[in-house]
Amino acid sequence: MPLAAYLVLAALVFVIGLFGVLTRRNAVGILLGIELMLNAVNINLVAFARFRADLAGLVFTLFTIAITVAEVAVGLAIVIVIFRVRRTIEADHLDLLRG
Amino acid sequence: MRLGSPELALLVLALPFVSFLVLALIRPLRRSGRPAALVSILAMAGALGAAAALTWQAIPVARDVNPSVLWSWLPADGGPMASVGVWVDGMAMQMCVLVTLISLLVQIYSSSYLADEPPASLGRYYAYHSLFAFSMLGLVLSPGFLQMFVFWELVGLCSYLLIGYWYDRPSAARAAVKAFWITKLGDLGFVAGIVMLWAATGTFDFWPLFQAAQAGTLQVDGLATIMFLIYLGAVGKSAQFPLHIWLPDAMEGPTPVSALIHAATMVTAGVYMVARAYPLFALVPSVLMLIAWVGAFTALLAATMACVERDIKRVLAYSTVSQLGYMMAANGAGAPGAAFQHLTTHGVFKALLFLGAGIVIHHFHTNDVFRMGGLFRQRPWVGGAFLVATLALAGVWPLPGFFSKEAVLGAVLDAHLSVPFLMLIATSFLTAFYMFRVVFLTFFGHAHAEHHEHPAPPIAMDAVCRALAVLTLALGLRAALTGHHAEGPAWLPWISLAWAGAGIVLAWTVYQARAVDPARLSAALAPIDILARRRYFLDAIFAGAYRFLLLGLSQVIGWVDRYVVDGVLNALSAGALRAGDTLRRLQTGRAQDYVYGVALGVLLLLVWAQLG
Repeated sequence: MPLAAYLVLAALVFVIGLFGVLTRRNAVGILLGIELMLNAVNINLVAFARFRADLAGLVFTLFTIAITVAEVAVGLAIVIVIFRVRRTIEADHLDLLRG
Repeated sequence: MRLGSPELALLVLALPFVSFLVLALIRPLRRSGRPAALVSILAMAGALGAAAALTWQAIPVARDVNPSVLWSWLPADGGPMASVGVWVDGMAMQMCVLVTLISLLVQIYSSSYLADEPPASLGRYYAYHSLFAFSMLGLVLSPGFLQMFVFWELVGLCSYLLIGYWYDRPSAARAAVKAFWITKLGDLGFVAGIVMLWAATGTFDFWPLFQAAQAGTLQVDGLATIMFLIYLGAVGKSAQFPLHIWLPDAMEGPTPVSALIHAATMVTAGVYMVARAYPLFALVPSVLMLIAWVGAFTALLAATMACVERDIKRVLAYSTVSQLGYMMAANGAGAPGAAFQHLTTHGVFKALLFLGAGIVIHHFHTNDVFRMGGLFRQRPWVGGAFLVATLALAGVWPLPGFFSKEAVLGAVLDAHLSVPFLMLIATSFLTAFYMFRVVFLTFFGHAHAEHHEHPAPPIAMDAVCRALAVLTLALGLRAALTGHHAEGPAWLPWISLAWAGAGIVLAWTVYQARAVDPARLSAALAPIDILARRRYFLDAIFAGAYRFLLLGLSQVIGWVDRYVVDGVLNALSAGALRAGDTLRRLQTGRAQDYVYGVALGVLLLLVWAQLG
């Protein structure tokens, strides 16, 4: 398969993730969207590493996966705390910074 | 021309200034009252001594010797912009003697007259007095217009302070402010004139200006306008029509202050300035003509008002205005010497009149001449002194007023100013009439029953009056004995004597013999009488102009400020508020909306990158 196929796949996953981030009302759904966007990037990195025979892309991907895990852990923890405090995780209701 | 030593002139100047500084800076001394008076009087006596020595040691020099000593002032590129110094010629020295003498006598007199004042006020009074004498001496000794203007304004300030000495009296405070502002009106012209003259010639100093003027090399465009503006300063200061209205109100100050202002300091400054700058005025005959006409008109107008005034001090005030008119008329007629002669003699006997009036007011506890009477029998010395001064003012031989008035009249006649001459002759009749009206009502006639026995006036007041009376007599006798004759036709003295005599006789008939009822006299002269009693509505006109012009203007400005300036500002701030309120709504606080913003931004960047 050519490189373009991987890139199209990555773009599709990224846009699906962005769509989820923009449209989901549930905070957990938004986090899932973010995961998709990050993994789309990972697909890009891995594909480029493979086709250019450059290990740097794989190393980047490893780092990204590790950071993503940490981000999910922190993000979910925040969501749980918000739920305890506000009794909701609807993103539309979390507008304390409204002007 | 006579030349004095500049060091002595500076000493004359320094003594009152040091006295002022000492009184102003050392608070306990000022608030102690009598010691403060003593300091001021001693300094003034020293200044009088220095002024006398100055005159004594003066040496005659040729006409083309510069009488001024200058130090540079206001450094600028290409030489100093102005200089300060002293100008010690005969006129300045004579004036120094007059100013220091009158100031000294008035200060001595004041120490008794104001003995009941609280010590702190008395100290303040003497501090002002010292500053006043210093300012006037500085003005007299000025070698240039700029220095003269500085002292000119100081004199104005001091007269304001002294007229408003009893500042807790509303009428005195108002009179002080009125005097200040009316003279400021003229000073505006003065300052504009000297700046224009400087712009045209590049110097404020008298000497180069006079030299150029006399050599005919002074080429200045619009010199007539400049000199007219400078003359305006004298109109305000020397109470010429129509700015004379402040002087009668200035009677709100203590009587010795009136004596000082009318005799030696303040009002003589304008006459002195015109006489000093005469070489420049001589170049513009049109302005001289105006000065003569305004002077003569002022003399006549003020004399008519003096005839109907009941307040003894106001009668004297109007007589000062009238005599200032004489002096200005002489200036305008091209005889600054005659003007200056009248200034000095008038200074002596007007001081005497005011100080005598102070004793009279002390005696009767009123200013109203119709409630006085019969004082001569009780106080023959005061009466005699007052009578001497009155005769001098009326211009009776052999008193000094006769000679100086004759010089003025001769000069005006010489200049072929026949209408002003007739006005001045009529004024001399009125002068004799109103002064003897005061004398007959105050010193003769029957004493009013309500008066109980009063203690004699304090020795200082009495002595000062006697000294001035002797001085007046001496001046007159000296003029008579030295055979001093003004130019002019031989009939002139007889005419002026005859008119003065007629005035005295009329006053005697009406107020002493009571052959004619004063009410019938005023009824016969009804229109003039009413106009004079209302002061020719000049005060009302000024007040009306003030109300109409100034208040109208301020209403317009107020409207503009309230609705245009404030309106623009209010619109701006309201717009900012509304804009902020609208923009505030962009901040929804929802994370997703911000992500939308970011996504949209990235999209736009991509599109822009593609298009570029």
